[in-house]
Amino acid sequence: MRDIAVVSVAQHQEKALTHTTEVELMVPIINEARGAVGLTQDDIGFTCSGSSDFLAGQAFSFVHTLDAVGAVPPISESHVEMDGAWALYEAWVKLQIGGVDTALVYSYGKSSPGSLRDVLSTQLDPYYLGPLWPDAFSLAALQARIMLESGAVSEQRLAEIAVRSLNGATNNPLAVRSSAEATAESVLAEVPLADPLRPSDCAASADGGVAVVLAAGDRARELCERPAWIRGIDHRIDPHQPGVRDLTRAPSAQMAAARAGASADRLDAAELAAPFTTQEHILEIELGLRNGTAINANGGALAGHTMMAAGLMRIADAARQIHDERADRVLGHAASGLYLQQNLVCVMEGE
Amino acid sequence: MSADPSIPPAALSGEVSLPEQLADVEPVRSVRTPIRLEYDFIPGSASSGYLNAFADRKILGQRSPVDGAVFVPPRGVDPRHGAATPDYVELPDTGHVGGFCVTRLPIPGRDDLEIPYVSAWIHLDGADIGFLGLVAGIDTSEVRMGMRVRAVWKPDDELGRTAENILYWEPTGEPDIPVTAAGTNAWHAKQAAAGEQG
Repeated sequence: MRDIAVVSVAQHQEKALTHTTEVELMVPIINEARGAVGLTQDDIGFTCSGSSDFLAGQAFSFVHTLDAVGAVPPISESHVEMDGAWALYEAWVKLQIGGVDTALVYSYGKSSPGSLRDVLSTQLDPYYLGPLWPDAFSLAALQARIMLESGAVSEQRLAEIAVRSLNGATNNPLAVRSSAEATAESVLAEVPLADPLRPSDCAASADGGVAVVLAAGDRARELCERPAWIRGIDHRIDPHQPGVRDLTRAPSAQMAAARAGASADRLDAAELAAPFTTQEHILEIELGLRNGTAINANGGALAGHTMMAAGLMRIADAARQIHDERADRVLGHAASGLYLQQNLVCVMEGE
Repeated sequence: MSADPSIPPAALSGEVSLPEQLADVEPVRSVRTPIRLEYDFIPGSASSGYLNAFADRKILGQRSPVDGAVFVPPRGVDPRHGAATPDYVELPDTGHVGGFCVTRLPIPGRDDLEIPYVSAWIHLDGADIGFLGLVAGIDTSEVRMGMRVRAVWKPDDELGRTAENILYWEPTGEPDIPVTAAGTNAWHAKQAAAGEQG
């Protein structure tokens, strides 16, 4: 296996980008990520992106966004209709195969032009659940009800997770929801949005984008003072049909963490891409996170959830802690689908 | 909680059999699942500048900071280099036909288009790429690459923030541009000329 590291990250996120196209959003982000390590597109061996046409309401929308990369002369390029974390996985595989030493990975999501809670219903099966058009919050509330009634979690614990995000996000300029004063009591006093989920249980929706540069071996050491070496990366998937799943669990998250070697050593920080407090609770257990691991110290995905980019943003957040020498071993997580159906775990270390 | 996530849930491992009361019912052969989602289209910064200028009978492009190439309509970026293009350039409403297509079939929902009609890549004077427009005021068999055209605008009191302000493009009667310097050839011809001078 080749040693591959995240050597540069850049991201932007705000509540709603009402005067900016996806292309205009990504030009400065991609240039910042490449520029920080002195690279231009000519120096990039492989480019991979993640986004969704269902957010843009336009077929092949990602082709427009390639304008932000600079694809002349033609580049080696690919796209996944998934969170950018899976684009990173594809780039990691490409680097493992060899022939290229650098990769640019980016993803973005602008859900503000549509109704995200309805757009997400299009990921349901078209026979049984799809025709019912259940919205995303109502579906998450069903899971929350099952978890509360089975004793898998308490309302108090969910409120504590919400407070961890609200408080942590106060120092994060990219967070779109934060509160220094929030307490479990204040969260529990909120009027439910989709009973039993309260507004602070549901991730604050955001628009944004993220770009990451990967490099292999000595190339990574040339480009970056302290590369975030990917020591393990794995993604797994649970059944699509929620009726056959135990909704209090996410076995695919546990399996991905095990195969990525998450518990092989102490983790200083974990960045989780859970769109609900219930799912952040499930992830803590499935990933085997223990005391001493700072979880979503900057508020995480709950404080600002950019569809299609939340996972790659978590990996970027985790990698930056290695770059800045704030941590030695970190975990970045990405999720996709209903009820944490798909999970990706990326474990990174500094040297 | 089961300890081993690789063991499938019990619900997946049993035999599947239909209940008695479903034994003789007509099988479902198809399902209709209508999808309707609504979006508010956001033109963004560059396109907003372009569309707003149309209200003043102006056509705006943007200039590449890398080599000065002018793009119309502007997208906020030079797509060849991924470089932001903050500088607008006002372009004249004259240019030439870079390429064209004669359509002889009606388009559903566009009864206003009389067939046959000509859609063409209009290369404005001073721009380095073409944009789509209708060519009229000339027999379709007379339209050719390199033909000089100018915009025919709606009356001033009907102007809006839209490219629809230009009704169509009509011939100016000036001599044609040579095909070797027309349409997508224009940029390469310009580069070659600059190279000879340099």
